Amino acid sequence: MDDSKLLDVDFGVGGITTSIRPRPLGDDLHSETMVVNLGPAHPATHGTIRIVAELSGEKIVDADVDVGYLHRGFEKMSETVDYNQVMPYTDRLNYVSPAINNFGWCLTIEKLLQIEAPKRAQYIRVILSEISRVADHLTCLGASAMELGAFTVMLYMMEARELLWDMIEEVTGARLTVSYGRVGGVKDDLTPDFGEKTVDVFKKVREHLVNCDRLLTRNRIFIDRMCDIALLTAEEAINYSLTGPMLRGSGVKHDLRKAFPYSSYEDFDFEVPVGSKGDNYDRFLVRFAEMEQALRICEQAIKNLPEGPIIVSDPHIALSPKDEVYNSIDGMINHFELVMYGVKPPKGSVYQGIEGANGELGFYVVSDGSGKPYRAHVRSPSFIHMGSMRKMLLGANVSDLVPTFGMINMIGGECDR
Amino acid sequence: MSDKKGSATDLLQVIAQEGGNLLLRSAVELGDLSVTVSAENLSAFLSLCKGSPALSFNLLVDITAVDWMDSRDSRFEVVYQLLSLSKLWRLTVTVPVPEGAPEVPSVVSLWAGANFLEREVWDMFGIRFKGHPDLRRILLYEEFVGHPLRKDYPVQGKQPRIPLRAPEVENTARRMERPDLVTIRARRGSKASDEARSAGE
Repeated sequence: MDDSKLLDVDFGVGGITTSIRPRPLGDDLHSETMVVNLGPAHPATHGTIRIVAELSGEKIVDADVDVGYLHRGFEKMSETVDYNQVMPYTDRLNYVSPAINNFGWCLTIEKLLQIEAPKRAQYIRVILSEISRVADHLTCLGASAMELGAFTVMLYMMEARELLWDMIEEVTGARLTVSYGRVGGVKDDLTPDFGEKTVDVFKKVREHLVNCDRLLTRNRIFIDRMCDIALLTAEEAINYSLTGPMLRGSGVKHDLRKAFPYSSYEDFDFEVPVGSKGDNYDRFLVRFAEMEQALRICEQAIKNLPEGPIIVSDPHIALSPKDEVYNSIDGMINHFELVMYGVKPPKGSVYQGIEGANGELGFYVVSDGSGKPYRAHVRSPSFIHMGSMRKMLLGANVSDLVPTFGMINMIGGECDR
Repeated sequence: MSDKKGSATDLLQVIAQEGGNLLLRSAVELGDLSVTVSAENLSAFLSLCKGSPALSFNLLVDITAVDWMDSRDSRFEVVYQLLSLSKLWRLTVTVPVPEGAPEVPSVVSLWAGANFLEREVWDMFGIRFKGHPDLRRILLYEEFVGHPLRKDYPVQGKQPRIPLRAPEVENTARRMERPDLVTIRARRGSKASDEARSAGE
């Protein structure tokens, strides 16, 4: 576009830094496109995000997706604290499924240390990850359904999520900011009656899921708003680096839990649902089917939960038992060293990706041999999925913007870090 | 999957056959293969990784950078993570970037997903990507001074205040002409008015 033809328009308070400007439509009516600024605080979007859309009538002819309103400098802050102290920061990445972020970080540091968490810890990680995944999908689908007018579904899903968060709270002591992972294992064991409680909770969650399925999946209005919107073929999805439900919605059967099993995921029997067309409806169906699979994994893990320790016994990695700390000089020294200087992985760099609720959640960590990460980087699925949003919106209607954004399931904390 | 190290060395052999002349270094670190290429050879090497049927690294997982300060000859290092969906291989490609002219070729033409990732590296490290269609800051604002993930950027650094981008919308209420203050009179018949009248008399 020729710069001289740009029209200078004032968009009010705060101004606008975008290349998107109205342009003549070139028809007989001498009309031009209209630029609409959506966000960063818009009632129809959950999360702070700005989309500057250029409209011709109701069609989106160009869009600028502006992220970064929740940037808190996760990566810079991580360089100033030791490896276990990063854990609370990871809670605040994808704050709908914080346990998964915790374990992703733990696995990365464990790979750097060349250790493996005990089998029981791995199973506990699987249980909490899968409960978090269901909670994440419930939030995504519930919020999206609400934005399309199905408020009842939102309430059902929030109730189901609350039941699951109660389970997480029982184990970790917190609903959202769990900080439950530890390098080499997990913080606490499951409560003794956790298994029995989940039977009841999962039964209720499944009832809610059946209700929501009845309300949404074959609902005419819902299908009309979701079907054939924001289409991405398998090649396009790969080209835009999509992962997780977005990639599987486009028909690519790729799941890191199957492709590169971590945390004993190879022990469990589960399906990887895939879509056929790659539209918003497929993404919805994939997420819905994944919830059932996640519950199945959970049940298998609870049933076959092995006995044993929940954290490695190396005193240079995990805190020693309190008996040793208070009653022996070695135990006291080890405790002191670990608290003061932290875990010290050998020099090197490592990338570890795990299957987060939204896609591949990866951590790239560079260690210089000291107790603090030299560099910590998060490969956040939300951020990368937002990169494909422009492509999905081109040619769509303004009203398609909200469901598309909902199905990307951008979590501000994860996207902007 | 059980023999991860084996698969990384297999991958190295394939890469050496396909484009070994483009590599500066290669190492198997913690079961993963990482190769180093120069910035000149980057485009050629990555398009080979993507295009060659023996490699078929079709998914660009991540782009990031590391600031090595004085500990290495070239201060920065741009790190690409690639994944082959069909062969289930992972590959880390690193590119040394000197401090004087921090620039590497953009790979947006190879993977559209590189767009946001390269903008983030530019934003955080100030490394330019030659040929990027729209290299703007992404997480921070345009007026931000410096690049915060460089090691010489202070953790507690303060940024200058910036003027509003658009002229501030004037508070029109302030300009509004105010009518003269209305004298408040007591209504007739009320107790106060009666008192006032009697006082006046």
